[in-house]
Amino acid sequence: MDFGPYLFLASLEGAVTAAVLALTAAGLSLVFGIMRVVNVAHGEFFMLGAVIAWWVASLAGGHPAVGFVLALVIAPLIVAAIAALADFLVLKRVQYDPERTIVATIGLLYIIQQTVLMTYGPEARPVEAPFNHRIYFPWFGYSTYKFFVIGAAIALLLGLWLVMTRTRLGIVLRATQLDRETALAFAIPVERVYALTFGLGAGLAALGAVLVVPIQQAHYLMGGDPLLLSFIVVIIGGLGSLAGTVVAAVLIGMSDGIISVFFSPTLAKIIATLAVALVLVFRPQGLFGKAAR
Amino acid sequence: MAAVTPLLSTRGLSKSFGGLRAVHAVDFDLPEGQIRALIGPNGAGKTTFVSLLCGRITADEGNVHFAGRDVTALPAHRRIQAGMAYTFQITSVFPRLSLHENIALAARRRLGHDREGVRAAVGHALDMVGLAGRANQLAGDLSYGHQRLVEIAMGLAQAPRLLILDEPTQGLSDSEISEFNALIRSIASETTVLLIEHNMQVVMELAEFITVLNFGEVLAEGEPEAIRRNPAVQEAYLGTAHA
Amino acid sequence: MTPTAKAFLLHGGLVLALVAGHFILPEYHQGNLARIMALAVYAMGYNVLFGYSGLLSLGHAMFFSAGMYGMGLSVQHLGFGAGPAFVCGILAGVVLATAVGVLALRTTGVAFMIVTLMFSQAVFLTILYFTPWTRGDEGFVIQPVDRMLFGIDLSDATYRYFAALVLFAIVMLATSRLIQAPFGRVLIAIRENEERTRMLGYDVYRHKLGAVILSGTISAVSGAAYGLLFGYVGASFASVQYSILPLLWVLLGGAGTIVGPFLGTLFMFYLIDLTSSITTAYMLLAGAALVLLTLFAPEGLAGSFRRRLAPWLP
Repeated sequence: MDFGPYLFLASLEGAVTAAVLALTAAGLSLVFGIMRVVNVAHGEFFMLGAVIAWWVASLAGGHPAVGFVLALVIAPLIVAAIAALADFLVLKRVQYDPERTIVATIGLLYIIQQTVLMTYGPEARPVEAPFNHRIYFPWFGYSTYKFFVIGAAIALLLGLWLVMTRTRLGIVLRATQLDRETALAFAIPVERVYALTFGLGAGLAALGAVLVVPIQQAHYLMGGDPLLLSFIVVIIGGLGSLAGTVVAAVLIGMSDGIISVFFSPTLAKIIATLAVALVLVFRPQGLFGKAAR
Repeated sequence: MAAVTPLLSTRGLSKSFGGLRAVHAVDFDLPEGQIRALIGPNGAGKTTFVSLLCGRITADEGNVHFAGRDVTALPAHRRIQAGMAYTFQITSVFPRLSLHENIALAARRRLGHDREGVRAAVGHALDMVGLAGRANQLAGDLSYGHQRLVEIAMGLAQAPRLLILDEPTQGLSDSEISEFNALIRSIASETTVLLIEHNMQVVMELAEFITVLNFGEVLAEGEPEAIRRNPAVQEAYLGTAHA
Repeated sequence: MTPTAKAFLLHGGLVLALVAGHFILPEYHQGNLARIMALAVYAMGYNVLFGYSGLLSLGHAMFFSAGMYGMGLSVQHLGFGAGPAFVCGILAGVVLATAVGVLALRTTGVAFMIVTLMFSQAVFLTILYFTPWTRGDEGFVIQPVDRMLFGIDLSDATYRYFAALVLFAIVMLATSRLIQAPFGRVLIAIRENEERTRMLGYDVYRHKLGAVILSGTISAVSGAAYGLLFGYVGASFASVQYSILPLLWVLLGGAGTIVGPFLGTLFMFYLIDLTSSITTAYMLLAGAALVLLTLFAPEGLAGSFRRRLAPWLP
């Protein structure tokens, strides 16, 4: 294949990665923005989404689309419920202290991951795509499902944006983000808002996972990469900024797709992790954020 | 007096937060050995001004000279090492450490590994504030008034050339205040004192000279009696809610 | 009895008990204890930063593995003997800790945690990237012939036990002296109230940097020693898990105490040892322990003991 088509293919793959990443990172960003805590177990909520999707799809039987649609609804809901429960049982009790929350969510990470290992097992299992036509370009064929992933992610992010800007719920969330004390004074039930936010954040990761699981199989260790990439995206996009997160997700997703075509994926990851560390050290407001004060 | 270089002086010292001019073009001279009070209505920029002096915040413009050198570019800890000591407006001790250790930390920076010297300095400082019997208690277990005294003892244990006290009598009882006044007078022979104070009784009793800040600028300077009679000062105080 | 005397008795007693352990315990547990002592050195290094200076790092595996690979690679590729290789490991730790400290200390709190996590991840990936030299995941063995230190064969179980014990005792003594010294006192002050410490005229940044370097170096000592004593160097020791474990050990044993790191390592090692015979998902236990400790016992074992019974405990 020539260079041009090669780059085109890499861009398509990058766009799929970016779409899933944007959803997952938006969840992490939402939690950080509103609750001011870093959820290290975010990748495990992603993994749970994929595993539950497999479970729902294999129970549903019939046409693959039935199972997939069911999974798309059920998996994020279950994951959100688990996350809200974790918020209620653990995070609330450490009063969302930033450092203790990180330690506690590291604990959650292992609990979720190892529980899945004990129940679901160490195998990687696929979920069949709801449809799998191919579009033929002059150089290669490409699955229509991957275009669907991109479209679905855009639609979901637009939905999230509408919720945040146009609904009462969005106003409540943004008010809590701006100032917890004032929100309390205005009789906003901050505790419930936090549980909801944590659930919503985890649900977004699960949504991303359900979309990706027909392409990439469900496995108990699959949470590591999304966690790392989401960290990168949220930090580069500016901690807590949803728009910055989406821009950074597209940037990182596309470049990840393109870089890993030309470089070894390990080298790409080394560069990415160092970049994140250095951004935090020298530009903590993110590459796109405005300097604070 | 004009021939003597002051211990501390500022020229054109300014600091803004956003659009607000917290401190504007302040020229200030403090001769060695004086007890100076810095007063002014709430929000006059007193705490900002002393924070600029000791380097907790950096100035936008102007400079600070201390003990014969320009310290404007020095970070806070270097200015403290040069002989300033600062006590916080909101009590800031080490709550989970003993009184002895709180004061020892203050003394050890200058005395280093000299254990006996540190012990003596701690004993002396605790004696001066009347907390000698409590050396082994945790600072966090003390009453608020006693914690303020610990804070002052930490200032004393540094044997500073300039002791900056930010509202030291806030939260002290009347009897504690009179002990505080006696304490400051007793150290005045060795140490220059810059006192931010709301309690006018304390100011009038202790201060040899008063600087009045209003809206971040020097409104008046003079001896206590002159300041008391100054109409501009009276208006500044009466014009706002009396503190 | 003065607090110092009590502390001396406690620490001396622990060392004596460990000496006795060699003559009393079955061989299997001796092997475990040798590992625990070497790893407790790692935990004590972590404790210097987390327990005494209040800086929570999520990337200490990079220092542990710097020591291990500094030692291992110089044996493997430079033909160094155990002694010079051990020194190489320590130097690698000093250099890495200095570089990481200078950069990471520009941040605080959560950002510091993430920066250390990222640097450590970069070190882990670098080890994988240079698989031709490091043998990546698979790792490599340090042959018994390369494990002779001053004529002592460290692959022999008895010598190994006592080598680990000597190292453990030295580091325990060193850290307890450190926190009595003015430098250590300032670290504790920074942990308790950073701004107040600065306004007492201490250079907070330099003290923190010193703490990172000391902590990183002790971790590297542990890594180099572990590689020498047990004859294996592998990438898994650089993974995130090995950054989380010292945090867990120190939290469990009691952050900011001298014996805490050893207690935490001992308990967790045996908990995992017992669990892993039942299930492969033994890290479940570590996760549960982290959550429970954060919720109910943030002071850990030695910390609770100090609060309830023994306020003198260092």
